Amino acid sequence: MASARTSGLRRATDILILAATVAFAILWLLPIAWVVAMSLKPNADLMRSTAGFLPIPFTIENYTNLLGRETVPRWLMHSLIVSVAMTLAVLIVSSTAGYAFARLEFPFKRTLFLIMAAGLMVPEQAVFIPLHTMFSDWGLHNTHFALVMPRVAVPIGVFLMMQFFRSVPMELEEAAAIDYASRLTIFLKIMLPLSIPALTTLGLFTFIHAWNDFLWPLVSATRADMYTVTLGLASIQSNFAFTEGLGAVMASAVFASLPIVLLFLIFQRFIVAGVAMSAGK
Amino acid sequence: MKARTQAALRRRDALTAYLFLAPFIGIYLVLLVYPFFKGIWISLHDWELAGSYREFIGFRNYEDMWLDTIFWKTVGNTLLFVVMTVPTMTLLSLVLALAVFGTSRFKGVLRSVFFMSSVFSVSVVTLVWQMVLSADKGLLVPLFHWFGMEPINFLGNQTLAMPSLVITTLWWGVGLPMALFLAALSQIPSELYEAAELDHAGRFTVLWNVTLPSIRHTVLLVLVLQIVGQFQIFGQAHLMTQGGPANRTRTLVQYIYETSFRDWQVGYASAMALGLFVLMLGFTMAQLWLGRRGEE
Repeated sequence: MASARTSGLRRATDILILAATVAFAILWLLPIAWVVAMSLKPNADLMRSTAGFLPIPFTIENYTNLLGRETVPRWLMHSLIVSVAMTLAVLIVSSTAGYAFARLEFPFKRTLFLIMAAGLMVPEQAVFIPLHTMFSDWGLHNTHFALVMPRVAVPIGVFLMMQFFRSVPMELEEAAAIDYASRLTIFLKIMLPLSIPALTTLGLFTFIHAWNDFLWPLVSATRADMYTVTLGLASIQSNFAFTEGLGAVMASAVFASLPIVLLFLIFQRFIVAGVAMSAGK
Repeated sequence: MKARTQAALRRRDALTAYLFLAPFIGIYLVLLVYPFFKGIWISLHDWELAGSYREFIGFRNYEDMWLDTIFWKTVGNTLLFVVMTVPTMTLLSLVLALAVFGTSRFKGVLRSVFFMSSVFSVSVVTLVWQMVLSADKGLLVPLFHWFGMEPINFLGNQTLAMPSLVITTLWWGVGLPMALFLAALSQIPSELYEAAELDHAGRFTVLWNVTLPSIRHTVLLVLVLQIVGQFQIFGQAHLMTQGGPANRTRTLVQYIYETSFRDWQVGYASAMALGLFVLMLGFTMAQLWLGRRGEE
């Protein structure tokens, strides 16, 4: 009897906690809902009032104007090129190095590993100024190359791949070695196909990171026609925020976030699992 | 004969290993190791961003740094931001993780909601929150009018500007630590809960005696990651308050950026960047040391 009462109480608290969480989640989403609603309202109406979460009166003019102009589509193109290139480069470089550390024996392995691990402690702020002077000397600022290259050799990527390759059973490789398959063949034909989940996770993280990169692009891509989406939206905020109308600015923000939000919604299981993986689980 | 093939194989393996490592090590040396040491070298110079003026001045930049009141002001602001953000972020992400932990589809949706804001870029997040907090067209303006109050200009207020950046950062960043806590919660063996069930332990007893002790490593991990991450705050201050009002939100990375790319004092900025590196390293080490000691 006593236990029936406690279990009833327990269920009631469960429901209460869930209700509070839902309320909090709605609160969490309000800023996004509000911004999306503003992007679907005429600029003239927003001049009077920005209140309300429903786009009434409704218009898609902000979006059609956006596509008609060159700026935002060009920012998107730069972001796509940079993010895809960086993702591919990180995957190639991390998986080959990760495989070497996980499965091959060679002189100075430990030394090289320690040198790589030391890189984990160096934040980008400690190197972005000298990197800037180097790319200036080479005359390479305002290029996709400059936005991609300093982000390619990331120790955490190598760690992730190394941990994954270590978890692959040795027998799979040994069987192939008996057939006199070369290391490269083993890597390409056996290890890489097996590591698709790890590659997906690393790739998604790199892509999101590249898309949202801010400090380095801010000092390297200084010409407006080389802006990525993230830089472009930052420039809107500091320069001409209200000249084109609030609705237009909000539409730019929504439009620029769409690719990354879609990516998140499709792959969120990989992304959330990746957080746990990168923590060294 | 066999020994010889073995040795040959090993040599071939070593060669393959170097070929496999070459792309990573090459880029790593040129674009991380070399710049790190070049940064130290630059910090010993009076070095201008453009042009070729550079003069070796030894440790003068570091002496200047020691006496620079704005530098210490930005260090103080950054520390204040870290102190305000890290505990709240850790607590909030833990509470949310506990609330949305479970197998139901509905909780999955809630997880996505709280995680989603972390995929936005800093410029989107600051754009959204600048609007939300605006005294003119902000989200809260109707609420202020409802109470018959004048809307508060959060970002222009000396006391409220920093907490505004903290709230923006919480909204942006809670997803990652929450995911770390969720992963840790799923690792707790169910036998521990079953034993507590047999003892008719209450909700909070279980939380205090079973759940929290089981995830203490993750708490430490989150704290370290948060301290290191939040110490680098730049975009929020740069885009939302430009360091104002009255330097109240000017952060260290922002000051480094401005010294280098607005005032062109690359040498001095490099010295401060190394100062930041040492500070961050110190915090991480202290935290890990404390955590290890707590275990013994």
